[in-house]
Amino acid sequence: MSENKKKLILDIKDLVIHYETDDGVVEAVNGLDIQLEEGKTLGLVGETGSGKTTTALSILRLVPDPPGVIKNGTISLDGKDILNLPTEEMEKIRGNLVSMIFQDPMTSLNPVLTVGDQIAEVIALHENISEKEAAKKAGDMLEVVGIPRERFGEYPHQFSGGMKQRVVIAMALACNPKLLLADEPTTALDVTIQAQVLETMKELREKFGSAMIMITHDLGIIAEVCDEVSVVYAGQIVEHGTLEDVFEHTLHPYTEGLFGSLPNIDDRRNRLQPIPGLMPDPTDLPKGCCFAPRCRYCTAECEKARPDKKWVSDTHYVRCSRYEEAEFRIERSEQ
Amino acid sequence: MADTILEVKHLKKYFNTPRGMLHAVDDVNFTLERGKTLGIVGESGCGKSTTGRSILRLVEPTSGEVIFNGEDVTKKNKSEMRLLRQEMQLIFQDPYASLDPRKTVSEIIGEPLKLQKIITDKTKRNERVHELMEVVGLADRLVNTYPHELDGGRRQRIGIARALAMEPKMIICDEPVSALDVSIQAQILNLMQDLQEQMGLTYIFITHDLSVVNHFANDIAVMYLGQLIEKAPSVMLFDKPTHPYTQALLSAIPVPSLKKRRERIILKGEITSPINPKPGCRFAARCPYATDRCRTEGPELVEIEKGHFVACHLTTGS
Repeated sequence: MSENKKKLILDIKDLVIHYETDDGVVEAVNGLDIQLEEGKTLGLVGETGSGKTTTALSILRLVPDPPGVIKNGTISLDGKDILNLPTEEMEKIRGNLVSMIFQDPMTSLNPVLTVGDQIAEVIALHENISEKEAAKKAGDMLEVVGIPRERFGEYPHQFSGGMKQRVVIAMALACNPKLLLADEPTTALDVTIQAQVLETMKELREKFGSAMIMITHDLGIIAEVCDEVSVVYAGQIVEHGTLEDVFEHTLHPYTEGLFGSLPNIDDRRNRLQPIPGLMPDPTDLPKGCCFAPRCRYCTAECEKARPDKKWVSDTHYVRCSRYEEAEFRIERSEQ
Repeated sequence: MADTILEVKHLKKYFNTPRGMLHAVDDVNFTLERGKTLGIVGESGCGKSTTGRSILRLVEPTSGEVIFNGEDVTKKNKSEMRLLRQEMQLIFQDPYASLDPRKTVSEIIGEPLKLQKIITDKTKRNERVHELMEVVGLADRLVNTYPHELDGGRRQRIGIARALAMEPKMIICDEPVSALDVSIQAQILNLMQDLQEQMGLTYIFITHDLSVVNHFANDIAVMYLGQLIEKAPSVMLFDKPTHPYTQALLSAIPVPSLKKRRERIILKGEITSPINPKPGCRFAARCPYATDRCRTEGPELVEIEKGHFVACHLTTGS
């Protein structure tokens, strides 16, 4: 790999997270790596149960334990090894160095506190300033996300879904974090409101220079806001690259399947090309490549061992054994 | 006139709320041809689901006519309605909530056959259930499983099989794939398309996802705050969206491609309250082109070219 020119804000190496339940061990994250430079936006795309959210929670060290156990790996956040930090240190980092926007703004706000107080609370907690100053700063943050300061004293139920998500964003950005984790931030919103919120997030990211991990199942949102993409399947990144690498020079059969499943607005094809079958049961993952049972290019080799990363350029890698064969191409790359 | 299966005329559904009259569906008109698919799109609270439910009289329409196969649904009594509902079925959004958790797959699919006394013999009914399961692609071994044992895609297949049990002519699909992952969503959409071809079904496809409806529907109707504001064949609507709201809605869809970036129209504000709406165009408050006239006088739905209807003062002129 090329030398690190820019400083990494987040460096996750070989992360393994299991949920040990009575019904068996759920292998949620299986050897996942993320390297994210300061100020960049990475998209984590994958389907329900692929381990995207668990990964994000692990960065905040909020994986519920029990049953969640971090079996292996290191997470370095702004140079700090967070898996070995004492709890008090971690509390200083959360909401300050790194913060998270959750999917559902309806449940991530406290219904009995005014939105202004909720934002001020974060600021007062992390910055050594008076209550009055914190309140003033909270008001500023509201204006930054496009909510008039006058609504400081209102409660979450008085806001619409899009407005609530703006409040959550204001809260997440209040302490100017270096890394923002956004877990499906617009999934609960209507498209026109989604467009507003994404626009706000893009502007703010430029203004504050935060790095961001955008977790979504929507490749359209990825194309819109991200610099790099990691495609996650069964707890592993199966393909990673820049937007152009992944969208224009797709390598992994699963990524191809995701694109094939999407109705294309400009091309009314007769039939979609879905991925057959279902995600493997995370308590009983296949020995070989996890995607093999659904893969149209699968060979006997694929079922034997999990494929390693294969770098095809400085920025682009894929986990697929078929690429050991020099001639191998997926269909999409020939279009 | 083409073979019309459904004609909706001046359909209204108002709900009486403590804060005033909520105009959920306000004077909606459309016709639908047999064997075709009409997509109804719009954002939460625009009245698309209530429209679907009013057609089936699952909510009682306040006024208006729903003419299905030449008969006015709104004038039927309870027992006539029961018979009529065999021909009009509904598939719900949430396959997690629309299936009885205490019934097995075969009981769920067989229930309408039993209730409507179509097949009273148990063995024969089970045969039919097996047939239906095969049609929707559910493996035989799942016949005695319960919904909680199955994933979302399979649950939605049960919902489809249950709807098909009555051999309906028309199925109203209320966000049938919104709760599913994309790869599963594509499987279900393909299934629904195959069923339509095989059985000549007519669909009303209610969704907020324009790319799905563009793929699936022959005609698209766009709703805003209880009113139908634009209706056109899908290709025409996507090529020439005419109502400012439709334009904004189309431009807001994130496109999963790097080459086709579209110009974004970011709307200001949010959908206003449907309770006691003010006179004038309902979209005027958010519309970048609104004039004084738009704020005082509501536009009529006008056919601007064949099959393309728009309700907007700016496009219909004068």
